[in-house]
Order: sequence, then structure tokens, then C-alpha cells
Amino acid sequence: MIRFENITKVLGGKTVLDNISFEVNEGETFVIVGLSGAGKSVTLKHMIRLMLPDNGSIVVDGEAIDNLGRSALEAVRSKFGVLFQSAALLQWMSVHDNVALPLREHTKMAEEEIGRLVAEKLHLLNLSDAGDKFPADLSGGMQKRVGLARAIIMNPKIVLYDEPTSGLDPVTSRRIDNLIVDMRKELGITSVVVTHDLHSALSIGSRIMMLHDGQIVENAPPEEFICSKDKTVQSFLESQYITKKGKWETGLSHE
Amino acid sequence: MRYPAHSVRRFGNQVLQLMHDTGHALFMLLESIWFIRYVFTKRSRAETALQMFTTGIKSLAVITVVALFTGMILALQTGLELRRYGQEVYIGSAVAVSMIREMGPFMTGLIIAASVGSAIAAQIGTMVVSEEISALEVMSINPNRFLVMPRLVALVVMMPILTVYTNILGIMGGGLVGATQLGVSLQAYMDNATQFATNKDLYVGLFKAIIFGAVITTVSCHQGFMTSEGAVGVGKATRRSVIISFLIILVLGYMITRLFYV
Ligand SMILES: Nc1ncnc2c1ncn2[C@@H]1O[C@H](COP(=O)(O)OP(=O)(O)OP(=O)(O)O)[C@@H](O)[C@H]1O
Ligand SMILES: [Mg+2]
Repeated sequence: MIRFENITKVLGGKTVLDNISFEVNEGETFVIVGLSGAGKSVTLKHMIRLMLPDNGSIVVDGEAIDNLGRSALEAVRSKFGVLFQSAALLQWMSVHDNVALPLREHTKMAEEEIGRLVAEKLHLLNLSDAGDKFPADLSGGMQKRVGLARAIIMNPKIVLYDEPTSGLDPVTSRRIDNLIVDMRKELGITSVVVTHDLHSALSIGSRIMMLHDGQIVENAPPEEFICSKDKTVQSFLESQYITKKGKWETGLSHE
Repeated sequence: MRYPAHSVRRFGNQVLQLMHDTGHALFMLLESIWFIRYVFTKRSRAETALQMFTTGIKSLAVITVVALFTGMILALQTGLELRRYGQEVYIGSAVAVSMIREMGPFMTGLIIAASVGSAIAAQIGTMVVSEEISALEVMSINPNRFLVMPRLVALVVMMPILTVYTNILGIMGGGLVGATQLGVSLQAYMDNATQFATNKDLYVGLFKAIIFGAVITTVSCHQGFMTSEGAVGVGKATRRSVIISFLIILVLGYMITRLFYV
């Protein structure tokens, strides 16, 4: 579905991505982990061509996206819903209008229809009361959820989540995890999730990739990931009290 | 002697960068002009009206004061000079012509650049930093249509309107000084003013106002879009938008006057 071929990206004199290649398959929940500054957000931005690689090529749905014209690029981007790390809500619009924006811009739906769809998504994300509020009046976690509602309002094939649960309480975090799993099970949506939360990564991920120093140090299904021989992966696991001895119980099923 | 070669190269790079940025800004302007055909669609109408409204509100108080005093200063300055020849009554035409042709659009432009242009640069800069512009791009919402075009229309419409307002207040201020300080009756002042100020002066002044409106929007939006480095960058973009707008307004104002009067 999304394939990185020998991608190199230098930013501010630092090689953030150093010749990395990987593939996200259709229908999988692909989790990217790594320390702060490892290049996780940069990786996501390459998928939707908000950044261009210095070297290498990126293929989405069988189509190289490096040299697309505007309309072809829009077609590719319309396959994606993106939750940005900072939620990226438009500050002067209410929650309702933010979520409705893609529908208003790209469909000819009547306002009632739009209102119904927006209310449905807000309800799904436990935001039913927030419709009239403005982003500045919301907590970080609520903004994240509004951003997520906006990301999925057009029913995209692929959803990119940049730290969907950071700043959320544990209960809401699990709710988001469940949502990601449900969307995969019920709608076959492909997800790429960037997270620091290994518990969540292991529960929802069909594969977990760890970035470190511009390299992919591990790229494996959860059960293999926790047994990784790589030192950085091991210390990352230990930092969150996850050991390979006790089998990891997810409480969520991804099949 | 590596140093001179080094600085020559750096100067060359700066020139290239300047040309690149200018090209970028002009492309943005042209695309936004092209998008003006969408201005009356439902999704752009409200935003454009809001921008017009805020442009007026944000600047009206300052413009009122500045316009009055500009007229008063012009009248006093030229009046004292003319008094030596006993020709005080000519302050009417002196104030009216220089307000309508030069000072009206110029002062309005400076005030709008400082109050509205800086706010545009800050807002768009903040949107860049908080990934809102990226979000728009991913949603295939063209920022030039969504953000620049309504601001362009608002400023290009509001600049001439505010300029006329500035002119009226400036001429009134001049009349006030004439009547109270120079012994020129309001009637004589107005007669003299209307006798010498031509329609051409008015059209040239309004033409300047429209051009300045486009300049301020282009510079402010462009500086906003080029923001990097977080909150510090937003401050820089705001400051630069004001300075660059001032410079362009100054130079273009001179060139337009030359074009029509020399
Ligand atoms: N636009 C940019 N210009 C210059 N450097 C950048 C830019 N974007 C990212 N970087 C640098 O690239 C590196 C990776 O950034 P990235 O945002 O991908 O980190 P991350 O893995 O998402 O970290 P975090 O978990 O803190 O979000 C960092 O060193 C960052 O400073
Ligand atoms: Mg990040």
C-alpha cells in the first residue's frame, strides 16, 4: 500500500532518514516507534508528500508519488486521512466547522447531511458536547480527538496517526486504540500509527517498526518485536516495563 | 584572500534567494487573482466579508487620527510658507492635491500594512508552525484560495474606501488649521481645493490604493507562509512583512506618480 524505497532525508544538516526501505501492506495497522526526534513525523510527512525525499522513491497504492501534478497529487492525498501531532485545527472555526470542512470543500452535500455525519463522528469520539466550542477552549486530548474526527470524516482508505493518544487519559486512549482496531476490522482501513506508548503499539499493531539514528532497527509483528535482539529495542521495551518473559496480553484482538 | 570570494558568493546566493522568493510571492498573487472567480461561492463569501470587516475595524481609529493630523500638518507647513507671499488661500489646493494624489493612499497603506498586514503574517505564520497549512494541503484545500484570495479581495476593496476616508478627513483637518491658524475661511479653502484638484488626481490616488492593497496582502501572506522556527519565526515574519510592505509602498508610490505626472 505504501512503499518506501531507499529514502534519505537530510534536515538542518542532520540525516534524519538514512536510506530506509519498508512497506506497509493493505489492511494492516503499522506502528512506528522511536525516541523523540527519531524521524517518525518526518516519515509520515513523506507519505503524503508534505516532504520530498532527498533520495529514493515512495509508492502509494502502486503509484510513485514523487513527480505528480497537482490533480494527481490531490487524488493520492484523498486516500489519506491524517491526524497531525499538533492536531492542526483551524483556530477560528468551531469544532463542528473544523470537522465539516472537508465535506464542505469537496462534496455538494446539504448542511443537514453534513451536520448528521459530523455529529456521528463527534459522538464516536466522545465529543458530542463540544461541537460549538473553539479549539482554543479544548484540552490537548480533546483537540486530538477533533483532529481524528476530521481525519476520518471523508472515509479515507489510509489513516495516518501522529501520536493519537499522547496527552489522553488511559481510558480515552484505549477507546482510540479500539477505534483504530475497529476501523481496520470493519472497514479494512490501513493505518499507520506513530506512538510512544508501547502498550498501545503492541495491542493494535500488526507490525511494529522502530526508528533510531536514521535507521530501521526493527520491523516485526508484536510477538517478534518484544523478543528482538536489538539493543535499542530492548532498552526501549525495558523502559516501559515490557519483558519477553510474560506473554503480552493485549485484551484486543486484531484478527 | 578567500574572504572576498566568499562574500561575493554569499551576496550572489542572497540575490538568487530574493529572486526565488519574489517569484514565489508573485505566483501566489497570480493564483489568488485567478481564484477570485470563487469569491461569491458560499465557502468564500463569509470569509471575505469577515476580512473586510476586520480590516475596517482594526484600522479605523488610527486612520482617523493620522488622516486628520496629516492634513493639519500639510496645511500648517505650506500655509506658513505661502503666508510670506500673502497666498494662504492656496493651502486648499496644496492640501487637497497632495492628500488625494499622494498622502491619502500612502498613509492608509502604511497603517494597513502595520495593523492588518502584520496580523495576516502572524496568523498565517502561526498556522504554518502549528501544521494547519499542512493539514489544508493534505485535505487538498488550496491555501491560496482558502486564505490568500479572501484577504486579497478584502484589502483591494477596503484600501480605496479607507483612502477616500483618509482624504476627506485630511482635507477637513487642513481646513480646520486654515480657519483657525491662517485666517482662510472654510468657504475659500474649499473653493480653492475643488478648483485645483482634478479627477485624474483622484483616479491615480485610488489606483495606488488598490495596488498597495495587493502589495500588503502579497507580502504579508508570503512572509507568513515562509515562517519557520516556531514562535520566534512568527515574530520575524510579522516584522519583515511590515518593513517590506513599507519599502514597496514607498517605491511604488513614487513610481506611479512619475508614470502619470512626469
Ligand atoms: N522542517 C524541519 N526543518 C528542519 N529540521 C526538521 C524539520 N522537521 C523535523 N526536523 C528534524 O528532524 C528530526 C526528526 O523530527 P521528527 O519530527 O520526525 O521527530 P519525531 O520522531 O516525530 O519526534 P517526536 O516524538 O518528538 O515527535 C528532528 O531532529 C527535527 O529537529
Ligand atoms: Mg513527531
